[in-house]
Amino acid sequence: MKNSISTPNNIVRTAIRRSFPQILLTAVLIIMIIGLSVSSEFFFTWKNFRNILDQCSVYLLLSLGMTFVIASGGIDLSVGSIAGMSGVIMAVLMKAGMPVLPAVLLGILSGVLTGIINGALISYLKLFPFITTLATMTITRGIALVLTGGVSIYGFSQSFKWWGTGTIGPINPPIAISLLFTIIAAIIMSRTLWGKYSLAIGGNAEALRRSGVNVKGYRISIYAVSSLCAAIAGLIMTARLNSAAPLAGSGYEMDAIAAVVLGGGSLNGGSGAILGTFIACFTLSVLRNGLTMLAIPTYYQQLITGVIILLAIIIAEARNRREKESE
Amino acid sequence: MGEQLQPFLEVKELKKSFGHIEALKGASLQAKCGEVLAIVGDNGAGKSTLIKTLSGVLTPDSGSIIVDGKEYGHLTPKLAGDNGISTVYQDLSLVNTQTVWENIFLGHEYRNFGWLNKKKMRREAAELLNNLNISIHNHEEIVGNLSGGQRQAIAVARAIHHGGKMIILDEPTAAMGLRETAATQQLIKNLAVQGYGVIIISHNIQQVFELSDRICVMRQGQVLALVDTKSVTSDDIVSMIVSGTSLNGAIQ
Repeated sequence: MKNSISTPNNIVRTAIRRSFPQILLTAVLIIMIIGLSVSSEFFFTWKNFRNILDQCSVYLLLSLGMTFVIASGGIDLSVGSIAGMSGVIMAVLMKAGMPVLPAVLLGILSGVLTGIINGALISYLKLFPFITTLATMTITRGIALVLTGGVSIYGFSQSFKWWGTGTIGPINPPIAISLLFTIIAAIIMSRTLWGKYSLAIGGNAEALRRSGVNVKGYRISIYAVSSLCAAIAGLIMTARLNSAAPLAGSGYEMDAIAAVVLGGGSLNGGSGAILGTFIACFTLSVLRNGLTMLAIPTYYQQLITGVIILLAIIIAEARNRREKESE
Repeated sequence: MGEQLQPFLEVKELKKSFGHIEALKGASLQAKCGEVLAIVGDNGAGKSTLIKTLSGVLTPDSGSIIVDGKEYGHLTPKLAGDNGISTVYQDLSLVNTQTVWENIFLGHEYRNFGWLNKKKMRREAAELLNNLNISIHNHEEIVGNLSGGQRQAIAVARAIHHGGKMIILDEPTAAMGLRETAATQQLIKNLAVQGYGVIIISHNIQQVFELSDRICVMRQGQVLALVDTKSVTSDDIVSMIVSGTSLNGAIQ
């Protein structure tokens, strides 16, 4: 056969070649787990593993939405602030006497609306995602500050706190929600038109438009999904701490962006993998957990995390470049 | 070859102005399936404007376009596509970060109860490329890693897959190397043999003679001549493009 085409062998080989960032990351994760298990007897226990997943859940939710945004060639700086604002709106409504469920739903809706506004500004006014979401980041943070008067709102009913501290069998709602969302996101990314178009918009939006696809609509829905994830992260944050702080979630967008890029996403758009994002989030959480266990002071932890992120990105980038030149 | 049937595409007295500039001053033309028609002319002769009205991107001020017996005052991109007119733009409109088969099905993906049917798309892409004699080793490769000729071939395959019967190619071999140019020219010949109509815009006179069955010379917004390639010499064509008259002074 002169056309060797899409044989199963080809599919697998190409997939492995393209998964280099994720494979590298997994190797780093395994080495870290082995090292930490040797140095601390408390590390390799179910209790600690559950703790890591719990710590990871909020970042993971933000990163899942961010994966689609970055795949589409955009960026969403507003997710941390949206998480904060949604939590504050839930808190304000509940304090005003609204039952838990409608308060939570309205809080999430406020977040999704912000995402739709982000997407509409970017699609219809052709504004840069960076500057658009920087503005909405500031606006949503401002709304949270205005609603709270700058003071945390705390003390909620048991049924609300369940979302952060309850138990579902061996795990808790934050872990359950974040893992469920990971699975759904992975299926959407690889099996649906929506996932494929998120990647295609980042690859060549004009080509997709010429093929008759409603690119504007898809782009708006991508930012809406990102903010939906952020609002649910806001629910978990607020319920876990039993407190809605006006500055909750500040800077979380940066962790989410770092996780997506570590997991194989490119800020040029066109690439992004849910499994990679998940492994990256988990690795960063293991790293933080391990550094704490090794009793390394918090200030150093920040420094070490930053250096590791930088190294990982340099290695992945160098490899990308080499592959391009060899072809 | 190509003398059979009525023309698949007929353009009558198309006019189009941009402000006070008349880009088309009543251009008329016919194109058949199974033949390669080359449109030549100097910059500003109206080639691009004509092509854009055929692909539905531009609306002409007057005149008509008859496709497969149906007459239209103007086309939209969708209408052009539905009627089998498919334009491959110079930039090819490929998503470089996606695979060969994903690009062929871009915007026309197969789904099974809402889920992408990758198996069927992979199989049909392989069949299509095979039928068109396009050789690409790995259909899982992302298009950005392929050569210019292969990328052109994928863009053409996509146009045909989307129902194209009349394929319009804008400068198909611009910025290509020798081998890639040869491969693309072979592809264009194959298309005509298989019964597709091909319209190419080209500045390369040698290529025009190599490929085309008929040549349409445009000058100052009008079709100056529509001739059988065999009945003219390249000097005739160059003379018509430059000065508006053929060497022996006669036109058509």
